[in-house]
Amino acid sequence: MKVFVTTALTIDLESEAWECAHCGHELGPARDSYKRGLLVRERDPAEVHAPILDPARYAFTFAPDPAWCRLLEYCCPHCGHLAEVEYLPPGHPPAHDIELDIDALKAQWAAREEQTEPSLGPDFTPPPHHHH
Amino acid sequence: MSETITSAGAASDVASGIDKFLKDTTLFLSPDPEIMNNHGLEPRTAYEEASIARENDPRRLEILRERLLAGVNESFEMLEQMGAAPGAKWGDCVSAVYTASGDLSLASTGGVVIFCNLVQYPIKFINKYWTEESSVGVREGDAFLVNDARYGQAHNTDQSLMLPVFWEGRIVAWAGATVHEGENGAIEPGGMPSTAEQVWDEGLKISPIKVAENYELKRDLVTFLQNSVREPKLQYADMKVKMYVCRRIERRIHEAIAEFGVEAVVAALRMNLEDTAAEVRRRFLEWPDGTVRHAWWTDGTLRENCLIKINLELVKKGDSLTFDYRGSSPEFTNRSNNSLDITVKGMLAQLFLTFIWPDLPRNQGVLEPVKFIFDTPSILKPAFGTPNAQSMMSVFTAWSVGQVSAMKFLHSVPHKHTRVVAPWFNMINTFLFGGITQHGEMVGNVCADINGMGGGALADRDGQHSCAPIFATMADLGEQEFIEEEMPFIQLVSKKLMRDNQGFGRTRGGMGYQMVLAMRDSPAFGFMLTAIGCKFPNVPGLFGGYGCPTYPLARVSGIDVFEILRTNPGQFRYSIEELMNERPFPEATYSTHPMSLPYTLAKRGELYMIAQGTGGGMGDPLDRDPAAVVRDLEEGLLSAEAAWRVYRVVAEAGTLRIDQDATAAARDEARRERIAASRPFDEFRKDWVKPAPSPDIPYFGCWDDRTRVHAGRSDVTHPAGQVLPPVRLPNPLQTRIDALERELAVLRGGG
Ligand SMILES: [Zn+2]
Repeated sequence: MKVFVTTALTIDLESEAWECAHCGHELGPARDSYKRGLLVRERDPAEVHAPILDPARYAFTFAPDPAWCRLLEYCCPHCGHLAEVEYLPPGHPPAHDIELDIDALKAQWAAREEQTEPSLGPDFTPPPHHHH
Repeated sequence: MSETITSAGAASDVASGIDKFLKDTTLFLSPDPEIMNNHGLEPRTAYEEASIARENDPRRLEILRERLLAGVNESFEMLEQMGAAPGAKWGDCVSAVYTASGDLSLASTGGVVIFCNLVQYPIKFINKYWTEESSVGVREGDAFLVNDARYGQAHNTDQSLMLPVFWEGRIVAWAGATVHEGENGAIEPGGMPSTAEQVWDEGLKISPIKVAENYELKRDLVTFLQNSVREPKLQYADMKVKMYVCRRIERRIHEAIAEFGVEAVVAALRMNLEDTAAEVRRRFLEWPDGTVRHAWWTDGTLRENCLIKINLELVKKGDSLTFDYRGSSPEFTNRSNNSLDITVKGMLAQLFLTFIWPDLPRNQGVLEPVKFIFDTPSILKPAFGTPNAQSMMSVFTAWSVGQVSAMKFLHSVPHKHTRVVAPWFNMINTFLFGGITQHGEMVGNVCADINGMGGGALADRDGQHSCAPIFATMADLGEQEFIEEEMPFIQLVSKKLMRDNQGFGRTRGGMGYQMVLAMRDSPAFGFMLTAIGCKFPNVPGLFGGYGCPTYPLARVSGIDVFEILRTNPGQFRYSIEELMNERPFPEATYSTHPMSLPYTLAKRGELYMIAQGTGGGMGDPLDRDPAAVVRDLEEGLLSAEAAWRVYRVVAEAGTLRIDQDATAAARDEARRERIAASRPFDEFRKDWVKPAPSPDIPYFGCWDDRTRVHAGRSDVTHPAGQVLPPVRLPNPLQTRIDALERELAVLRGGG
């Protein structure tokens, strides 16, 4: 049975493994950080958040300061889909961000029906309210 | 020793005697830790027990609850329609019913939940200290006012009025109304002073005081309050409005009692809390058990840029959830960017009640199953004497790390009550203003653009543009023309979305608009900006999506744009990008700055320009529907350069017809490049991780061990919560003067 932990990552309860949600590639033990099964690269944030104002003329351009902030991009080693982007000061240890209790997860899902895709949840319908 | 106390009765007499002595001789009734440290529900009172024993039919209580809510919503409409403060007009206000013990039971459907969540504390203070106090007392027709955040408010710029609702001589509920008033007599106009170095720079410090008797405001106290702020008319007008609002709630409660009986009303208010708490516990059981860790950095105090860490470990076990913020930055003892822990809690109530479970009744029962851990003191639980007027600079980040972490628990839950959403933009990219208007009136307040934060992306849909603030999902941006009738400045570019200001992703964040404004007709008028995020972005994306960019203040000075518009209107450009990059006015000076401008007097026709922030994107941008990318291109939201660089969409120039095959091939190629440029995590980590932050940037908070925090220096750590000496930063002007003096000495040949 698969649990859709994020849009990019699933946990297979039988094999207790992280998997890529796009290609199904097995990424490593579910009790460990999924990041260990991914590839990662460091980027200057300006490669993504490019300057909108001329960087030759201005100190602040809408692009983050690369001495203050770097991007770590994690992708599936098989299909190359991005699974996570981490914004960190240079050299800061990456977070072990998702650490689930796998035994509790198995017990929880033993009583649930398997899903074929993540549930979106209902649309938000605002309660009646007037504005002016 | 032969003397012994021979009976328990005598011992308790002595103890109560000591209590009475201490009570009578307390010199100052500061906020009571017993009240302030408890965000849970008060125990049931005997009267509540008896009422619930008689009235416990859930259908009847539900009918009554809806009836009372209708009354509260009616009162909220009054508050919005009649309120004089800009904040009231645009929805930065709220009204609510509290239990007799002070717990928030029913908040209005619109408005700011955090405001009323925090009013529980001053009501509990009044109950505990003023009820039995012979010089004060709590009687029918009394009303109380508070604005000091340390007694229970989101920040000192808000004022709450509280009115006890009596029935046959007994308090059966409290009514409350809160408005973001703005002006409060602080060191800078507008109520949110970033230059406050002491709590006494923050303006009015109203501990809970009685301002009305027999439903009449005490004019001597009103005059004192008016005399203490820059907008005396506003102070009086909104006290009256809040009084009427509370009286309307009182009337609706009295009518409900007349129809259903007082026990039913008391039982409904109490059971609303208990039922909500029980439902929240049930919903937590549906989340996976485990730990989510997430940290973020704010990039300044509003006085200087530095890296300030907000660290969260969110632990979900069984039916409860713990927000553990240990390892976050130490407090800044002479800066205003500290947030009280009650503000963090109140904001997180808002997270659950509007972003995760908007179907739940809006009351404080939602936090009953939630625990919090902070280092004390720290930026999120500062000491009593530490300023907090700009708490938004830390609490909004604390909220966002909570949002990201909650979404990582929520995504796999099969039965959701709303959708997973990427980070909402969280910073107040808006102008504060102050001075003399064209009508000769003194004002000090904030533009409603504070409500224009971009929404986060959803899994199946883009986020909404300049949608709503994180603290109120149903708030307005206001009509620009209406503001211009009252204020001496014009937004020459207003509500125009800024190209490429986008949280990229498979679904993208809702984008932020730009504001280009200039002062026109005033003998003395100025602007102020209090936003961080010019170096380190304010929010990330989710699940492979990107966050927001960074945001500067751009200025064009040395011109009078109104003269240019009169004589040569074709010269003007209608975006920050064009104005700054094309430099259409040869005589002007163009500059960029952090978006933390202290109050500065404006010259007629000079341009101040900022952009609202974008919400985070969700998922890999290379998976975005090419048609959605082209739609953004057509609408001017995205440049062709970004469409290619970020999304790898190939479209025919001119017609923008998408070449699906070329797009697919370009995306496959980009993924292959990505794999080739990346390394296995363990190998990467060895090279990446440094033992400490860079010595070139002042750093506050933990690095890898959350029990040790940096307090500015890279090479020194302190035990968390025990930073000695406490963080105290020099005046940035003095730092600048010292540097210039050193340069001067060298130039004079002395150094
Ligand atoms: Zn894959």
